[in-house]
Amino acid sequence: MTTTLPAYDEVVARYEPVIGLETHVELGTNTKMFCGCPTDFGGAPNTRVCPVCLGLPGSLPVANRAAVEATIRIGLALNCSIAQWCRFARKNYYYPDMPKNYQISQYDEPLCVDGYLDVEVNGEPVRISIERVHMEEDTGKTLHVGGATGRIHGATESLVDYNRAGIPLVEIVTKPIPGAGAMAPEVARAYVTELRDVLRSLGVSDVRMEEGSLRCDVNTSLNLPGEQWGTRTETKNVNSLRSVERAVRSEIIRQASVLTAGGRITQETRHFHEDTGDTTSGRSKETATDYRYFPEPDLVPVAPDPTWVAELKAALPELPRVHRRRLQQEWGLSDLDMQSILNAGAVELIEATIAAGATPTAARKWWLGELSRRANETGVELADIGATPKQVAELQGLVDAGKLTDKLARTVLEHVVAGEGSPAKIMADRKLEVVSDTGALTAAVDEAISANPAIADKVRGGKVAAAGALVGAVMKTTRGQADAKTVRELILERLGVQG
Amino acid sequence: MAAISREEVAHLARLSRLAVTEEELATLAGQLDVILQAVAQVGEVTAADIPPTSHSVPLTNVLRDDVVASCLTPQEALSGAPDAAEQRFRVPRILDEDVAS
Ligand SMILES: [Zn+2]
Repeated sequence: MTTTLPAYDEVVARYEPVIGLETHVELGTNTKMFCGCPTDFGGAPNTRVCPVCLGLPGSLPVANRAAVEATIRIGLALNCSIAQWCRFARKNYYYPDMPKNYQISQYDEPLCVDGYLDVEVNGEPVRISIERVHMEEDTGKTLHVGGATGRIHGATESLVDYNRAGIPLVEIVTKPIPGAGAMAPEVARAYVTELRDVLRSLGVSDVRMEEGSLRCDVNTSLNLPGEQWGTRTETKNVNSLRSVERAVRSEIIRQASVLTAGGRITQETRHFHEDTGDTTSGRSKETATDYRYFPEPDLVPVAPDPTWVAELKAALPELPRVHRRRLQQEWGLSDLDMQSILNAGAVELIEATIAAGATPTAARKWWLGELSRRANETGVELADIGATPKQVAELQGLVDAGKLTDKLARTVLEHVVAGEGSPAKIMADRKLEVVSDTGALTAAVDEAISANPAIADKVRGGKVAAAGALVGAVMKTTRGQADAKTVRELILERLGVQG
Repeated sequence: MAAISREEVAHLARLSRLAVTEEELATLAGQLDVILQAVAQVGEVTAADIPPTSHSVPLTNVLRDDVVASCLTPQEALSGAPDAAEQRFRVPRILDEDVAS
């Protein structure tokens, strides 16, 4: 059956979307949540396991203090209240990605509750309410054998590696977000972006979506204005910021086409596909949600000392939003200018370039100009363009010292991007330095004058504008490596004319 | 009134991936009911000054430092596994054929 999907604009003119986001963050602790197994990547299968994370009889879990601390810091950064007393819970399910047949999580007593995160969407502030932040453990990796391309469907057996089982995981859940209207996809993306930046500033995770250390599930539902919220679906496998936006958009369109055709939305898990940008149905939730949670008997309650929480709060780093505002003031930028820096993903690059000695104006000029242009052309992230903030600062230093003209600097930058080394080295290797040696420059000027006597006479006679042709001749003999203004001054001086 | 119904036992068996016959269901429901009734007697001694608890020891904050400890070797880890392949635990088909649509 092929149906033509409705246009997004028509859909959001008719229906109101409600979204919600559940984000899982793998903490960057040294060891797992409940045992001393290391968390580093890349080990051979089942080399990071012990009796605790294998759930062997007689073993007992003990919670990782660093993971509890990181979760509290995340909660504080998201303006949550920190529970004075809370417990872990067993989430029972029969699936071999956990050897215990349950996952240790938190259920009705999360460590952090009721917070918010302020984000900006197209320069407008939007406050996203946070329902909860809780601790749990990650699952193992399952290889499905015998089916098509590793899929569980049709597989005849599965092979399990428990290296990732028990890695500390923090789940951050928003309250439902109504009222975003057509902007719902952008709001979802802005939230995950800001959350990622907050987590990075806290230093609790490396927050790489592509590698799965930051994972996002997006809930979406539609309703007609004035009616109750619709049935929601949960889209998984959303592995980039761009995908968050695309997943919400495509799910809004899909649900609208079902509803408009008189159908009803099934509460289910859907999987996002990076290549096509749409979602397909996963397992139905109706038969799978009875996890029989109960308080984890093997772990005692966590009751964070209020003094400890206060200390952690006092020691929180400057959060990204505050940091950006301070930078904007320091750099003397308008909201619009700051926005273009944010959109280009250049804040940290410019900050580092300034720290390496460049002025804000110069740093911004290089990163938003030449380098952004190249990044767009070649389709790479600005941070991966091949030039470092230090190199850009050095380049500007050479311009400021009069060793490079702006044009020459751009040439040098091209070679920097190509990986030829530092600007100073490239300038020397490629003999790109401005000809500032007055002797050499005077000789070139004299040569130009004697080669063009008629023009020289015009200039002597007061037609100063004619000097341009002589400047051009000098620039030609110096292969563009002289400063045109200096050349012009020198020509007028040699011809005895005031500039 | 029974503390647990036959339907609840059947549901739990389904969740636990246990194949239970009708006959077993009747026996188990009866036995579980007796056990639960016995445990429920504890509830009769609850008093207002005894808060409900999930733990028998009054401890909180038993936490461990974030220091790497030694792991099992893969051979040790897999030694108790019913089956293994490619240094991984080998498990039977996860989805039933009828739901694998
Ligand atoms: Zn372990």
